[in-house]
Amino acid sequence: MTDRVYVGTRKGLFEIARKAKGAWEVAGVHFLGDPVTAVLAEPDGTTFAALDLGHFGPHLWRRDKAGGEWRELAVPAFPAKSDSATDDPHPWSLGKIWTLEPGYVAGRIWAGTMPGGLFRSDDRGESWKLNEPLWTMPERRQWMGVAGGEQPGISAVLIDPRRPDEIRVGVSTAGVWASHDGGKSWRIMNRGGMYNEYMPPERREDPIAMDIHRLARCAAHPEIVWCQHHNGVFRSKDSGLSWYEITAIKPSKFGFAVAAHPRDPDTAWFVPATKDEKRVPVDGKVVVARTRDGGKSFDVLTKGLPQRHAYDLVLRHALAVADDGDTLAFGSTSGGLWISENGGDAWTAPEGRLPPVNAVRFAA
Amino acid sequence: MPTVAFTRALERFLRAPPAEVGGATVGEALGLVFASRPALRGYVLDDQGGLRRHVALYVNGKPVRDRARLSDPVAASDKIYVFQALTGG
Repeated sequence: MTDRVYVGTRKGLFEIARKAKGAWEVAGVHFLGDPVTAVLAEPDGTTFAALDLGHFGPHLWRRDKAGGEWRELAVPAFPAKSDSATDDPHPWSLGKIWTLEPGYVAGRIWAGTMPGGLFRSDDRGESWKLNEPLWTMPERRQWMGVAGGEQPGISAVLIDPRRPDEIRVGVSTAGVWASHDGGKSWRIMNRGGMYNEYMPPERREDPIAMDIHRLARCAAHPEIVWCQHHNGVFRSKDSGLSWYEITAIKPSKFGFAVAAHPRDPDTAWFVPATKDEKRVPVDGKVVVARTRDGGKSFDVLTKGLPQRHAYDLVLRHALAVADDGDTLAFGSTSGGLWISENGGDAWTAPEGRLPPVNAVRFAA
Repeated sequence: MPTVAFTRALERFLRAPPAEVGGATVGEALGLVFASRPALRGYVLDDQGGLRRHVALYVNGKPVRDRARLSDPVAASDKIYVFQALTGG
């Protein structure tokens, strides 16, 4: 089973290791003091960590094996701003790496960023190339910034493990975009099903106005995609072409994170919160909502989680499920970290008080 | 020749010793430093070659005027100092 999880926080990267059944502890502290915005752990033991140094910009580091040395890599960079882009409302400069995803081709990884650039590396992060078709399409200028920032961000990059040219990109705030040709061409995918309560009435169903907090797909059934949207939970059975709302989610439909079971297309986990204006757990209770029937019903999981005066918010990259489908972890903006070894039935908290958690990722 | 010095805060991440360089503008002087230390560039400049928003650059104790193009002229005796702006970040 999985015995290691990486936790990227506002103040460093924490490596949490399983010491015994139900017993996890901090086994390594990296980049202490520096904000870590994204983490990726590859099956060969490689770990990537994206940093966002407040003064000195975004940076990317790689460690080739557990216990090895970290080395700084090139960071994705935007090309010189063209004359035709002088009225572009978004900067042509990397704000931060928001998500790092495997490409399912040897050496390939993808980076979703603010201000909305998608980047690909084919040499394990040594060099990066902006996906120009997505960046230069006229619709990209309609993308909107996300709360707390002026820039749009690519919050999810989903690659079909069977067909690595099939790409879905979730943008906060600009809907779900799809490419069937490895990124040469793109079209918006979320026709039907989703809605934006926060938009003026005439744009309630505008696909490009959808705030996609996070997407997760079932690795063994990649056509099944779950979405935690600003306005609720949605599910797609056709790789994101069409969506339907999951209304059984409880105790609330607002949240940021979603994790999909790697093999069971009907199982997914969410961490709901009081919508939108408050962004705290409902009634001060930290809970995980799990469905095992495709969203028809949910269990509200509480065992081992704080149930009194807990105001932990879980951000979109801070919930993860391991390849075994049983081990889960999530971290909060209050520095909480909880791990389950039984699909969420019970949770344990490693000793310690972590900084605010941005991202959680299991070692593959 | 102008000198370029960097805040010691950068030493947490990489070597950034002071350097005596050529160049007739701030941009040219920095470019000569980055030519020998390419990893340093991304800590100081953004993707379009301007100063990062939360990085300050002073010439002889006065803030640089042209943060986007770094066109301020520098003379042989000038001292360029790069440090973190106290704006949060």
